[in-house]
Amino acid sequence: MQPFDFVAEHEVAPAVKAGSRAAAKFIAGGTNVVDLMKCNVEQPQHIVDINGLPMTRVEQVDGGVRIGALVRMADLAAHPSIVKNFPAISQALLLSASPQIRNMASIGGNLMQRTRCAYFRELTWTPCNKRNPGSGCAAMEGENRQHAVLGTSDTCIATHPSDLAVAVVALDGVLTLRGPNGERRVNATDFHLLPGSTPNIEHDLKHGELITSLFLPSARHAVHSAYLKIRDRAAYEFALTSAAVGLELNGSTIRSARVAFGGVGTKPWRARYAEASLVGQKATADVFRAAAEAEMRTAVARGQNAFKIELMKRTLVRALTDLAGGVA
Amino acid sequence: MMLPSVGAGLDRVDGRHKVTGGARYAAEHNLENMAYAVLVMSTIPSGTIRSIDDSAAKRSSGVLAVISHVNAPKLNQPAQPAAQTQQQPQQPPGNFAEPKLIPFDTNKVAYVGQRIAVVVADTLEHATRGAELVKVTYDETPARVDLQKLRGEAFDRGKSHFTRGDADAALAGAAVKVDQIYRTPHEHHNPMEAHSLVAAWNGDHLTLYDSSQNIFAVQRTMAQFFGIPKENVHIVSQFVGGAFGSKGSTWPHVIIGVLASRMVDRPVKLVVTRKQLFFGNGHRPETEQHVVLGANADGKLVSLIHDGISQSNDVCTYSERFTRPTRMIYAVDNLRVESPIVSLNLPSPTFMRAPGENPGMFALESAMDELAYALKMDPVQIRLVNHADVSPEDGKQWSSKSLKECYAQGAERFGWSRRNAEPRSMRKGRDLIGWGMASATYPAHRSAASAKAVMKADGTVVVSSGSHEMGMGTATVMAQLAAETLGIPLARVRFEYGDTTLPTAPISAGSQTAASVGSAVFGVADALKKKIAELGGVDPATMTADSYHDIIAKHYLSDVEAQFDAHPPEKEEYASSAFGAHFVEVAIDEDIPVVRVQRMVSAFAAGRVLNAKTATSQYYGGIIQGIGMALLEETHLDKRYGSYTNVNFAEYLVPTNADVRSLDIILVPEEDPHVNPIGAKGIGEIGIVGVAPAIANAVFHATGKRVRDLPITIEKLM
Repeated sequence: MQPFDFVAEHEVAPAVKAGSRAAAKFIAGGTNVVDLMKCNVEQPQHIVDINGLPMTRVEQVDGGVRIGALVRMADLAAHPSIVKNFPAISQALLLSASPQIRNMASIGGNLMQRTRCAYFRELTWTPCNKRNPGSGCAAMEGENRQHAVLGTSDTCIATHPSDLAVAVVALDGVLTLRGPNGERRVNATDFHLLPGSTPNIEHDLKHGELITSLFLPSARHAVHSAYLKIRDRAAYEFALTSAAVGLELNGSTIRSARVAFGGVGTKPWRARYAEASLVGQKATADVFRAAAEAEMRTAVARGQNAFKIELMKRTLVRALTDLAGGVA
Repeated sequence: MMLPSVGAGLDRVDGRHKVTGGARYAAEHNLENMAYAVLVMSTIPSGTIRSIDDSAAKRSSGVLAVISHVNAPKLNQPAQPAAQTQQQPQQPPGNFAEPKLIPFDTNKVAYVGQRIAVVVADTLEHATRGAELVKVTYDETPARVDLQKLRGEAFDRGKSHFTRGDADAALAGAAVKVDQIYRTPHEHHNPMEAHSLVAAWNGDHLTLYDSSQNIFAVQRTMAQFFGIPKENVHIVSQFVGGAFGSKGSTWPHVIIGVLASRMVDRPVKLVVTRKQLFFGNGHRPETEQHVVLGANADGKLVSLIHDGISQSNDVCTYSERFTRPTRMIYAVDNLRVESPIVSLNLPSPTFMRAPGENPGMFALESAMDELAYALKMDPVQIRLVNHADVSPEDGKQWSSKSLKECYAQGAERFGWSRRNAEPRSMRKGRDLIGWGMASATYPAHRSAASAKAVMKADGTVVVSSGSHEMGMGTATVMAQLAAETLGIPLARVRFEYGDTTLPTAPISAGSQTAASVGSAVFGVADALKKKIAELGGVDPATMTADSYHDIIAKHYLSDVEAQFDAHPPEKEEYASSAFGAHFVEVAIDEDIPVVRVQRMVSAFAAGRVLNAKTATSQYYGGIIQGIGMALLEETHLDKRYGSYTNVNFAEYLVPTNADVRSLDIILVPEEDPHVNPIGAKGIGEIGIVGVAPAIANAVFHATGKRVRDLPITIEKLM
């Protein structure tokens, strides 16, 4: 771990100013950034502690709910309005990490967490385009059972690890960012970026900018939503595949659908082809399977992760079947 | 005279210390002026170190020394131990794990993760930073890392070749044959407590707080390496937070930590990081096993061939004897086994919970299930047909054997008779249900051990032996044994252990602690009782709990002491092993086929149960580790780099509470008057043996798919 200095801020403006310095990094729960500092993937010289900032509330606002970026995962998972109106969010959180981590980790930090790719985390003897642009990708021909099949490029196949982010992009979350030049909003679906030829650039957050809140719009498909996560171990493991699904049904006809995939994408994967193929159709197994096929058409396997393509399809079919069954 | 203390399900005596933080593990000792050491690992699998640039590290804040082969003093070459196998727990003189790679002796690199330097600093943070700043260049040579590709170079290091009759000829006449390859991956012990030490020199006297399963061997090893009498070496290992075999040898970091302390002339603390633990503190090596069974139409085995290969390296002496159980578990006249190793540029393997027996029984008990299906026989029935009434290895009688009772009681409790043998025939909702079973066995080892007992005038007694408490319950059952033998309440007995100033005890491995140290404790308690009875001029048989105090007080003595050395007989008249049987139910969603173990019933017969509660905990631990082995555990090896990749607890998966549902342990009563004075066989390892094949067999029953390579992950069933 590289030596660093540390300052704790209690208001947003000075925090943003401190975080705008070169090689500065914000810290909230620290569950990801400290881990990455220990393996030297992150080497900040200045740490800005934002835990004292007033961003810890969950508020009902016009058209939805606004969640402060410092709300802890465990608190949001248990929040009554989230459990009632955004069950997929609550479920995704409860299926994440361990109780200890959920008690510490913040919502903003969760959306910012970085890949678990072993080659990304190991500095000494493996190349990684995300960590060291142009050095190559060791995962492409390596131990890639956990790696992505959607949104990959020739430079990177690292999986985005967050469960919460999958549910957030499915339910049209909007992030509020605060930087040296003021505040702006960005749709969660646009926040994370595909690796393309620049896998080192992971999101639309400028240096010094801070996620201050997450807005979730109210919707019938949000109230009627669910998160299904498939993993080897029954607890405390990143997803092999996961699906956040929301349906608004009129009888057995799908009026609106929200679908996103986890464990398979280089970013939290909003499945718009799947959604388009569902809307207006009857909620049947064949329709669900067709939606899965539509989304996974562009999937690319790299060896050990080939099973994820079929597993993701089955995961979506199961998630939709259970959700639709819950209404009927 | 006997008080009902032995056998009872008593709470462990150190439980309160452990849950309140009162138990001090090696790294929790803090000495005045203590410095901190952090290891530097090699990053290539094969070659030589060209240069070590420590200039930046030395300039870094708080760094006291950077030590490597460049500046380390020459250490003594330790005497080489005999080839390590699980059947011969290491004997004197020492137990250094890598006798052909003395730490900091050479610029040679034998595997990724080799401890090639150490940085010592005033704080852990400074030492950690210093270690990151050490720059190493190498001259790399081609590495050998692929077990399968190099199988042609396998050799029989462990003298494992063994034949009985003519297996190949007999196979030709068999009515039914099974001929399959089974694989087990690299697995790591991952004890909760990392390997750690605090070393302090005082002149040429060394005190070492070490996390060890074998303190007397560590003492001898230190004496050899540092050229001092072993009396000058004091090892303390009061609490060990799990080991599973990984702390049975002295690994390089111990030599390095002690050397660092001598070089900086300060006490030094060294804790191996979780990541580093994956590279130089042992693992269960990858195996590729070939099993051929030939049987008559009635299921009787006529031929059994079990061979294959496992990984080892040139710097250690270990070989995984996975054919060990095959030699003794079934009555078969024609047998040929061998378990050669392939030497690779990978870290040194070592014994890991039931070495040999555990991976070997995965292959053999999977093959037996395949044979049962080929013959349309019940899996329990085919094992009964081949039951070994006497030891197949030497024709000796068993000192005791209750395997048939294990099958019967396990099957009864599980409801095995309701099993429809047809694969895919049992369902519950979306789940395919599978029922499988397998046998378990582990030999009853015993080594020499000594004990001392000192009774004070108030009637309390301290019994001591330099054994180890790694969570098995040693401290508790030894106190129970002494209390029972003396006929006094347990509260009057304290057992001391984990210190080389105490009487000698052997390695706590091979499930031998209860039998070895227990025999010494029984012996010394009995000797003390007779000594005090003699003092009082009474028949020992008439002694009561209150007699001791009366006699000692009457003679105005402050205490009475006895010593006892317990030795196993020169020649064993009987063959001795513990046996058991596992019955497993798995549920597997047909579309999303993640295997979940729903319930297990496991019956074990291992002689006398010393403490039903700690014994059951031992079995639970073994079974849960077996569930991990069957479904989750695999250390991934990237052969391009010769390096493991999932070197943390997020990606090396061990079972969580959510992975363990119902475990039902049956302690089958078994009296064994022959095995040793206390009648108890070991139980630390047998719990894991047979779990993986029982689960694999259940998976076959559920799905019709036979998975022959562990772990059984979702993609293998899709």
